[in-house]
Amino acid sequence: MALTKANLAENLFDELGLNKREAKELVDLFFEEVRGSLEQGEQVKLSGFGNFDLREKRQRPGRNPKTGEEIPITPRRVVTFRPGQKLKTRVEGYVGRE
Amino acid sequence: MTKSELIEVIATQQPHLAQKDVELAVKCILEQMSHSLSTGDRIEIRGFGSFTLHYRSPRTGRNPKTGEPVALPGKHVPHFKPGKELRERVNQGYLEELEKSS
Repeated sequence: MALTKANLAENLFDELGLNKREAKELVDLFFEEVRGSLEQGEQVKLSGFGNFDLREKRQRPGRNPKTGEEIPITPRRVVTFRPGQKLKTRVEGYVGRE
Repeated sequence: MTKSELIEVIATQQPHLAQKDVELAVKCILEQMSHSLSTGDRIEIRGFGSFTLHYRSPRTGRNPKTGEPVALPGKHVPHFKPGKELRERVNQGYLEELEKSS
């Protein structure tokens, strides 16, 4: 089962005793502030979890996969995530499930 | 922006909550996200993105000092795929910067 914002809010309600509205607002704000920082061109570093970095891509040639027509891919800025050592170590231990 | 700066901006927008509570909440969110991935569960945040695990096959590495081969077992690594809204907003911010500077 995938973890969603609803699960995160539920957990804040259970663990910290925030009321449901506060919990939901907090989870929304959390992701909104991370997005806002990245939108302003500023990376986000969450120690123990990982860094959201920004990379600028120059224009490069592309192709419409349907028609085969050549169209340039415009320059853009993209988000990349670099997991921190602590998260990498925790995830490495996952052996998979049958 | 760092974790403590993130806690501060959230706290200023939630003046009815103590900064300490916001700090706990942020830590709680990150802990639950890490835990979810460490048990192989994906994370799906609409408009932000999704986190999944990617598998890396076992391989033979080398001890960089001695050059001796070392068997490295397979492992999982976290992977993030930005969602549509995040992609668009980040790129829009960039295009606006480019326009201002030109």
